[in-house]
Amino acid sequence: MNEIYMDHAATTPVRQEVVEAMLPFFGSEYGNPSSVYGWGRRSRQALDQARDKVSELIGAEASEIIFTSGGSEGANLAIKGVAWAYQTKGKHIVSSAVEHHAVLDSVLWLKKQGFEVTIVPVDEEGMVSPAEVEKALRPDTILVSIMHANNEVGTIQPIKEIAEVVRGHGAFFHTDAVQTAGVLDINVAELGVDLLSLSAHKLYGPKGVGALYVRKGVRLDPLIHGGAQERRRRAGTENVAGIVGLAKALELAHLDRDEENARLVKLRDRLLEGLQQIPHTKINGSLVHRLPNNVNVCFQYIEGESMLLNLDLRGIAASSGSACTSGSLDPSHVLLAMGLTHEIAHGSLRLTLGRDNNEADIDFVLQEIPVIVERLREMSPLYQR
Amino acid sequence: MYSDKVMDHFTNPRNVGEISDANGIGEVGNARCGDIMKLWIKVEDDVITDIKFKTFGCGAAIATSSVITEMAIGKTIDEAEQITNKQVAEELHGLPSVKMHCSNLAAEALVAAIEDYRKNVAANSAS
Repeated sequence: MNEIYMDHAATTPVRQEVVEAMLPFFGSEYGNPSSVYGWGRRSRQALDQARDKVSELIGAEASEIIFTSGGSEGANLAIKGVAWAYQTKGKHIVSSAVEHHAVLDSVLWLKKQGFEVTIVPVDEEGMVSPAEVEKALRPDTILVSIMHANNEVGTIQPIKEIAEVVRGHGAFFHTDAVQTAGVLDINVAELGVDLLSLSAHKLYGPKGVGALYVRKGVRLDPLIHGGAQERRRRAGTENVAGIVGLAKALELAHLDRDEENARLVKLRDRLLEGLQQIPHTKINGSLVHRLPNNVNVCFQYIEGESMLLNLDLRGIAASSGSACTSGSLDPSHVLLAMGLTHEIAHGSLRLTLGRDNNEADIDFVLQEIPVIVERLREMSPLYQR
Repeated sequence: MYSDKVMDHFTNPRNVGEISDANGIGEVGNARCGDIMKLWIKVEDDVITDIKFKTFGCGAAIATSSVITEMAIGKTIDEAEQITNKQVAEELHGLPSVKMHCSNLAAEALVAAIEDYRKNVAANSAS
């Protein structure tokens, strides 16, 4: 059976060039970057080069990059690290209702530790308004964390405008750029952010590695103690191969970013248009401020997991915000925050495109989905023809 | 994560639909939680002679609905009422632990349909 992968927001395949760049560091170049001899020096050099590359691509200085184990660690370190370092200045944190759980759960955990938290709402497209953020700010606000683009519905937030509001207030601003690194411009000076987290495996790099940008002068208490690595902000022997892979993947993504985005937007719009032909279907998220690869729809009267199983039987890999796939009884917190009812949110389907998808894939998916939807609706007690 | 038997019932569900002259109908669950099961039964001389279902829900919800129709058909209502959620799960060669509530729903839907049938019989004999 032909398999079609349309879940690139979950993870992406590692590009061949990235694998090749990493290979020496699993083989002959196994040295610990902290060692003084040749092996160590060569690993250190690779690490320094990767750091230079990543910092250059996001408009930062090398000393402002902390390599992490991925997006979740980046978000945890940014939020908990700043909160702990500045808690004598204030104990109030602002975030949004549609953040990834790495951010949301970090913030809620801090709440249990005695911090105060304000979660700003979003509109029906999943958009955070800078005015709402401004309203939430208080004299004791130390940190604001708003994602660059949403992983479920693809809505791109007005980060620059939000950053201005936050800066004017004297708080620090973190953005989770896991979905936008390698896709949109994430120049930190342009965006005006103090902290930015990204992950390699969402941009055709390896799993288990990411980076956190921390503007010079922003203090951070480490999550992991035990060594002088990463300027004492993240102990542990560096994941040299992974870090080299991250730098290579980000570099490659930047080479043809505009062409690839234009290609994806065409495919995405063709898919959106085709799915809209199915009755009782709702497109989720903004049609204007949207990631080039994101399609998110709700089919009324059916449940997401049964949709995914049927797609899988036809070789199509996708995801859903239904309760059954979230591991809880509630459907996606993102869709609920956008004002969708539980009933509708259970029937959500996310298709996220990537470099390996083409027009034939879109046509195949558009041929299969209406049949599956019709079949499940025939079976649904909620559906009346 | 699902057994072959679950996938079999999910892909080829038995007894999908409605019964126009059903004498018992049971509906459980709610759309808020993402599961609704509706069962129609036809009872003759205390025996379930026909049974159909419609389900809004995940793969396990559809499979448990399907398998309970097979388990109930031909049984007397007293026997059918005794079918437990555990038996439903066993019949499907097990369910993932997070999906056990689906087998509860199936057993509850059948009990609800039988209760509805008894109510209808009582109402008819009273009139």
